Amino acid sequence: MVSKKILIPLHENDVAPRFDLATEVLIVTDLDKTGSGDKRMVVLPRASAEQLCHLIITENIQTVICSGIEDDYYQYLTWKRIEVIDSVVGSSNSALKRYFDGKLKPGDIL
Amino acid sequence: MHRLQMSEYLCYSLRMEKVTGRSPMTDSDDSIHTISDRSLTTPPRINNLFNIPIDFSRLLDEIAIGVVVLNLERKIVVMNQTLKALTGFSQKEFCGFDCAHILRSDICLHNCPALRINEKSGPKCIEGNLINKERQLIPIRITSAPLKNIDDKIIGFLETVEDIRLLRKLDETASHAYNFNNIVGRSSQMQKIFQSIPSLAQSDSSVLITGETGTGKDMVAETIHHASNRAKGPFAKINCGALPDTLLESELFGHRKGAFTGAVENKPGRIQMANNGTLYLTEIGDLPLSLQVKLLTFLDDKEVFPLGSVKGFTADVRIIAATHRNLEQMVNGGRFRKDLLFRLNVIRLHLPPLRDRHGDIQLLLDHFLNALSAQLGKKTLTLSRKALKILLTYNYPGNVRELKNIVEYAINICSDPQIRTKHLPSYLLQPDPFDIPGVAKQHDVPAAALSDESGFLRSKPDQNWPDIEKRMIMEALISAGGRKNKAAASLGWARSTLWRKMNQYGIR
Repeated sequence: MVSKKILIPLHENDVAPRFDLATEVLIVTDLDKTGSGDKRMVVLPRASAEQLCHLIITENIQTVICSGIEDDYYQYLTWKRIEVIDSVVGSSNSALKRYFDGKLKPGDIL
Repeated sequence: MHRLQMSEYLCYSLRMEKVTGRSPMTDSDDSIHTISDRSLTTPPRINNLFNIPIDFSRLLDEIAIGVVVLNLERKIVVMNQTLKALTGFSQKEFCGFDCAHILRSDICLHNCPALRINEKSGPKCIEGNLINKERQLIPIRITSAPLKNIDDKIIGFLETVEDIRLLRKLDETASHAYNFNNIVGRSSQMQKIFQSIPSLAQSDSSVLITGETGTGKDMVAETIHHASNRAKGPFAKINCGALPDTLLESELFGHRKGAFTGAVENKPGRIQMANNGTLYLTEIGDLPLSLQVKLLTFLDDKEVFPLGSVKGFTADVRIIAATHRNLEQMVNGGRFRKDLLFRLNVIRLHLPPLRDRHGDIQLLLDHFLNALSAQLGKKTLTLSRKALKILLTYNYPGNVRELKNIVEYAINICSDPQIRTKHLPSYLLQPDPFDIPGVAKQHDVPAAALSDESGFLRSKPDQNWPDIEKRMIMEALISAGGRKNKAAASLGWARSTLWRKMNQYGIR
């Protein structure tokens, strides 16, 4: 059991191509071996990188798996000691599974 | 332009019939053989262009802007080196993936141009941004064109992606260097217009620009185009008053070969040429009624039917119209269609005449003195106090254009370091009837009184001597309270001369 809280910006079932344009996020806690855990979908009132960063901080997220993210937000999140695995292309499930396996790294195309 | 030419070249010349969904090299007639999704073993080739097959990827790599070929599902088939460098993704990563995941552009997510393309439409051009693998936000411009097979069916899309960071920087510099795209003015009326143009530019609504001749209607139309998302698209201008009805119809809507005598080839109309851009209809008040109906139909359906053609063309065009005429009066007189006026009059911009722009004459004089002196290769000249007074009190019926011409004339004539009254056009030195004591000065006269309908109240530079003489007599009579003796004396004439001239001009 990985006692981490992970956030993935979503575009349909995939990791959203843009962090700042995502209007849905998947928050996963207590990830198990199958790559699933306590999953919660949050619909944002509007796409905004600032609001998403605020959500990440208030939800105590430890890892963000995303695709395209502007350097300012990347630097801010890492400064806040949040792990950001960016440029991930593929479905959210594949990304979670690979993350659980300890193999997910920035730039992975699944 | 370069992008469109490239798109068209690849679309129509190379005949990319089999871009997707076929195994490689299966059909010897194919002009291009390409890889199936994610297969990298066989590079896409063009067979029939030269004697020997050439590598399509290498051909694309020679192009200095990003190019990507998509299949109907908008998955990437091939992408050139420039786009790989821009996005940061390599060949093995992107093949077969959705374009949105690789380009990572806001356009792909919210306003995908490929989704708006159909058999009838042409290329679409949209500005937006992308985030590359280096986490940089880059402003881009995407032009998406359909790839059609020989049966004219869309089988994929060709997109060009242009990095416009440099253009944005240049735009910023240009906007600082000039007041507003070379439109100069600090009067409150012009400031209001400057403030409204950026927001007007962002919409696609029709704009109607009104104002007297020489007030800058054309410049404002161009400024709106350049400030809009259509800036990279064409700006097509047509003067509705310059051509006979039939020629104007052909010019506006185009014609097919054989549509009329002399139509020896297909010709696209200005509307078609302005696709993805702006169509500027100047002197819209002079548009014949028959064409007003046709323009109305286009504004409703967004579809153009060239003369002699049954096949329409969907054009994505923003309309900006301009006129110096009073369209409401023309509607009342039955010379302009009310419904067309309502469609054009979505956003109305009225440009004030120069005489109403307090403080702008001095500013414009300085501006044109500097600009035209440099242009004509002369040292910057100054104005003598008397010349300046004349120029400041003149009422400029030809507005900014007239002021510019006066300055240009003076710079050309003047060989001294200072422009004096003798260097000004002679019509400016004619006695001004409005300077007569007790009579309001021209620039104090309300704008309504200076309208074209008021005729002789305005001192037009192109007026002939009889007009000026008639006006002088009228004003002399007004100032003399109708007493002919006094009026003749003020004109320096004998009473009989005044009587003869009054008869000549029909003044009773």
